Amino acid sequence: MFAFIISRILQALPVMLTVALISFAMFAYVGDPVAIMLGQDFTEAQRDALVKDLGLDQPFWMQFGTFLGNALQGEFGLSYRLSRPVADLIAERAPATLELAFTAAILALLIGVPLGVYTGLYRNSWLSRFFLTFSLVGVSLPTFLIGILLILVFAVWLGVLPSFGRGDTVKLGWWSTGFLTWTGIKALVLPSITLGLFQLTLIMRLVRAEMLEVLRTDYIKFARARGLPNRAVHFGHALKNTLVPVITIVGLQLGAIIAFAIVTETVFQWPGMGLLFIQSVNQADIPVMAAYLLLISALFVTINLIVDLLYYAVDPRLRIGRGQGAH
Amino acid sequence: MRKLLWATALACGLALAGANADARTIRWAASGDPNTLDPHSQNVGTVTMVLQQVYDMLISRTQELGLAPGLATRWEQQEPNRWRFWLRDGVKFHEGEAFTADDVVFSVTRALAPTSNYGIFVDTVERAVQVEPLVVDIITKLPDPILPNKIASVFMMSRSWSERNNAPRPQNTRQREEMHTVRNTNGTGAFRLTAREADVRTVMTRNNDWWGWKDETSREANVTEIIFRPIASDATRIAALLSGEVDFVLDPPLQDLNRLRQAQNIRVLEGPEVRTIFLAMDVFRDELLYSDVKGRNPMKDLRVRQALYHAIDIQAINRTTMRGQSVVTGTFFPSQVNGYVKEEDVRLPYDPARARALLTEAGFPNGFEITLDCPNNRYINDEQICQAVVAMWARVGIRAKLNAMPLAPFFAKIQRDDTSVYLLGWGVPTLDALYSFQSLVATRGGQPGDGIWNYGRYSNPRMDAMIERMKTQSGEPRMEAIREALRIYREDVPHIPLHHQMIPWAMRSNLTIPHMANNQPYFRWAKMN
Repeated sequence: MFAFIISRILQALPVMLTVALISFAMFAYVGDPVAIMLGQDFTEAQRDALVKDLGLDQPFWMQFGTFLGNALQGEFGLSYRLSRPVADLIAERAPATLELAFTAAILALLIGVPLGVYTGLYRNSWLSRFFLTFSLVGVSLPTFLIGILLILVFAVWLGVLPSFGRGDTVKLGWWSTGFLTWTGIKALVLPSITLGLFQLTLIMRLVRAEMLEVLRTDYIKFARARGLPNRAVHFGHALKNTLVPVITIVGLQLGAIIAFAIVTETVFQWPGMGLLFIQSVNQADIPVMAAYLLLISALFVTINLIVDLLYYAVDPRLRIGRGQGAH
Repeated sequence: MRKLLWATALACGLALAGANADARTIRWAASGDPNTLDPHSQNVGTVTMVLQQVYDMLISRTQELGLAPGLATRWEQQEPNRWRFWLRDGVKFHEGEAFTADDVVFSVTRALAPTSNYGIFVDTVERAVQVEPLVVDIITKLPDPILPNKIASVFMMSRSWSERNNAPRPQNTRQREEMHTVRNTNGTGAFRLTAREADVRTVMTRNNDWWGWKDETSREANVTEIIFRPIASDATRIAALLSGEVDFVLDPPLQDLNRLRQAQNIRVLEGPEVRTIFLAMDVFRDELLYSDVKGRNPMKDLRVRQALYHAIDIQAINRTTMRGQSVVTGTFFPSQVNGYVKEEDVRLPYDPARARALLTEAGFPNGFEITLDCPNNRYINDEQICQAVVAMWARVGIRAKLNAMPLAPFFAKIQRDDTSVYLLGWGVPTLDALYSFQSLVATRGGQPGDGIWNYGRYSNPRMDAMIERMKTQSGEPRMEAIREALRIYREDVPHIPLHHQMIPWAMRSNLTIPHMANNQPYFRWAKMN
């Protein structure tokens, strides 16, 4: 087990290095930070001095090396845009994104799995058909449109939920949370639905398909023949066996939720890392973009590892296979 | 537990007390957040719109953007190279320090620092000298008749506060540490900063000790708190206004204006902005970078530039693209700017036949191909304007390819002179014509600041001579130089001017605030019912 984890971490290193390299190379195309920092009025001398200050006059490999060396020490430099340490900025924004992603994922699971089971069991009921039709909407409508529709209905027409921001937050150490205030919870509703809707419908359709598959197998027929109650058959035997693919997808989607909260955060002006990233792109704030992309790749790698480990917990066959291999 | 209850009760009590009839909180939204609160670090609208609520200048602006006494009550050019300012007595910074001549010396010196972004406003200044505790002299390197116009943009800081907090200069990019002034302020202005979370909210409360509340224009003002929140998404910003979560939106998107005008309790306030949109051409290279004409540069031929000008139906752009929200112009700064001459604000008429004739005369009967570089998120409807221009040029045979991009890569590209034709919008913070002439049409590489935004590298010795005269002369001779320069601009066609932008502000109808052509809300003049 330990050796497995170590080998996974070693595999992750080249992945992260590649991400760093590719993102760093892309920055050549996002625009000139110097032009943006200098504003409308400057002299050539000021411009040259700034280029030198930022180390932008050095060759690409030198710049990349310096960046890597600093990154290894957890030093991402100062944001060009906000003149503040990048690490501080990301630490400030991370709680907002994580709380939003967490809420969205929980929503998707708590609603998606039961709906999936229901539509799997009662394939032909009108309610199932309704859920399936509705899920098509969730899969096919783009996130920003869902967000704006929700704002229009719940903020502008009904006036019950806020259209933007995080409401009031409470500081717990360095972590700022919106879970502890009423306005904070209200502010969380629309963005988390927007962010989670796609995952919700995905999980529902996945669970449904797997349930249909599993319900046809012999051991389910056998369980019924043994006279087990429906509940035990559906949840104890059938649902449990659908979980492997569901865990994979949910795990990977959690990474996606965090990384691609960008759109939702922009629509709702949610002060998280995605919004920070977008604003950095607009102003060619390279240190923030580089740090964010590295962080996201690290996140994906970690989530993949956790998903792999979860397989062991859920599927006994994997444990046996591994055990035999070791003999 | 009991303690907690008491604390809660107290907090509720305070909240109720805060909600009494005198408290007027204005919730203000715009798409961009200030990047810094340092007064001399970034000279952009998103920064100054917040800073000017908190910091004062020696000279203030009136609602018509004229000059008015600020921290200085009086000023005078005592010698050609020396301006004297008499300071207001009894002014205090928000943290209690008294405002003196020494603070002026400090602030002017700070604006002169290499890391300052406000150099343009002190470009002629050699140094500032304290004469008496409340009298200060600014010594210029050459006679500068428009120093007051420029000094009206330099924020005044406290020397002792800045030095105590280790911020004697604007932030240096090499620094690893964040400077105190990035998130903290200490001004003398009408509002003091009480909370600042970058990209989330900036809260300012009324400074009751401000010297200007006695002024006629502020007598009705009653805003006690300003909460500024950036909302980047256009749709969300408008939704927040419609749902009553926001009282004032500085930059409503044009496509929503009609809807906002019809909405209940919403008012749209329109006014001109001091910003002119124009097209500029590469008139320097012997062969254009992005064109199918080889071996020569058609833009060097005046007839071609005139043809491109004649081909533009500016009324159509005004009507369709701008939905009436623009002031058509034939020159490159609007009437609010000192030096504007109405007789020189005349366009070449829309005349496609004449355009085609001129092109034939110049040797391009079949037109030619060219790439038009255009930003798509910098000015109002920038990309749509370019699309319209491309279509109009196509009618006279110019096959323009539109290259529209976000502002970051766009500015990087044109600042490398890597362009053949581009669209630019130019604002005039000094409100004096010299600023536009010097940056846009002076030959690059002469004096510092000359031609720094002249990416077509237009150069005309006669124009340069007039600009030199504008720099040092005053009164009627200076006005004559400006008039002459404007005439050269019209004859030479270094640009194709399009229009001055109009800027709409949207607000809830219980708010009254004067519309400002510099696109900055002055809450010292705002009244809420």
